[in-house]
Amino acid sequence: MKKLLAVASGGGHWVQLLRLAPAFTECEVVFVTVQEAYRADVEGHKFYSVSDATRHTKIRLIRAALELFWIVCKERPEVIISTGAAPGYFAVVLGKLLGARTIWVDSIANVEQLSMSGRLAGRHANLWLTQWPHLATKEGPQFRGAVL
Amino acid sequence: MIFLTVGSADPFDRMVRAVDEWAASRGRRDVFAQIGKAQYEPRHIEAVRFLSPSEFRERVRAARLLVAHAGMGSIITALEAGRPIIIMPKRAGLGEHRSDHQVATAKQLGQRQGIIVAWDEKDLVTKLDREGRLCTPTMIAPGASPELVATIRAFIARPHEMEI
Repeated sequence: MKKLLAVASGGGHWVQLLRLAPAFTECEVVFVTVQEAYRADVEGHKFYSVSDATRHTKIRLIRAALELFWIVCKERPEVIISTGAAPGYFAVVLGKLLGARTIWVDSIANVEQLSMSGRLAGRHANLWLTQWPHLATKEGPQFRGAVL
Repeated sequence: MIFLTVGSADPFDRMVRAVDEWAASRGRRDVFAQIGKAQYEPRHIEAVRFLSPSEFRERVRAARLLVAHAGMGSIITALEAGRPIIIMPKRAGLGEHRSDHQVATAKQLGQRQGIIVAWDEKDLVTKLDREGRLCTPTMIAPGASPELVATIRAFIARPHEMEI
């Protein structure tokens, strides 16, 4: 069974990640998010909560990066998937460095342009997806459906 | 019940105040609110700051109508439960969010049945007054679109060498 690390920030990012779960049924899934309270949503799966960082909170950003680095080293996932935002960016970049294959699904909330984390992480993702057809380009991201 | 939720990230006093004042002026006692980091303290509706995911879902199930910021968590939860939702976007210009992406979300998703956009507080009052006559959305299945699920599933199943 392949090990999958599934990473999302709180609120809409987490809700969207859970809607992707039917794609994970053949995997051992390890979830990473920013709210301890979300543990109950994924009972029976390994679960970590990390610092709730955004690009505007620099200290927490560094802490989140270190936490993700530690988790990726410890879990050694074969595949990493994220729906954003900052913690997912770190997971994808660090995971790629450590040999994982990576998936970025940009949040459906980004209707007019990709998120900042999506633009940055996309270059490190083996599969880079947007949920809006008009945001897809030849160089990526691709549009292959949405969570709705 | 009407369930107001404005997320836990940034305060959204403009919306909390508008719903509180609407409930007061219409004599409504059936509004429950999750107000996050709001500075404004509602005086006419029952409010809590945060809810656990299970309490949140319970509140959604018990509600006839959701009233929310234009955040995807609230919108998707409403569609999953088949409840109509009135959304009001947070505005960057008013310091409510870091970008105007909720305005774009509202423009796009406001076209779906059961998602009603209130562009400002005045519009919110108009929409709330019509709450008995709002269309219910088609309940969505629990997973993402079949194409998206299949794409991700196929990628995960691929042997590692194929990426290099």
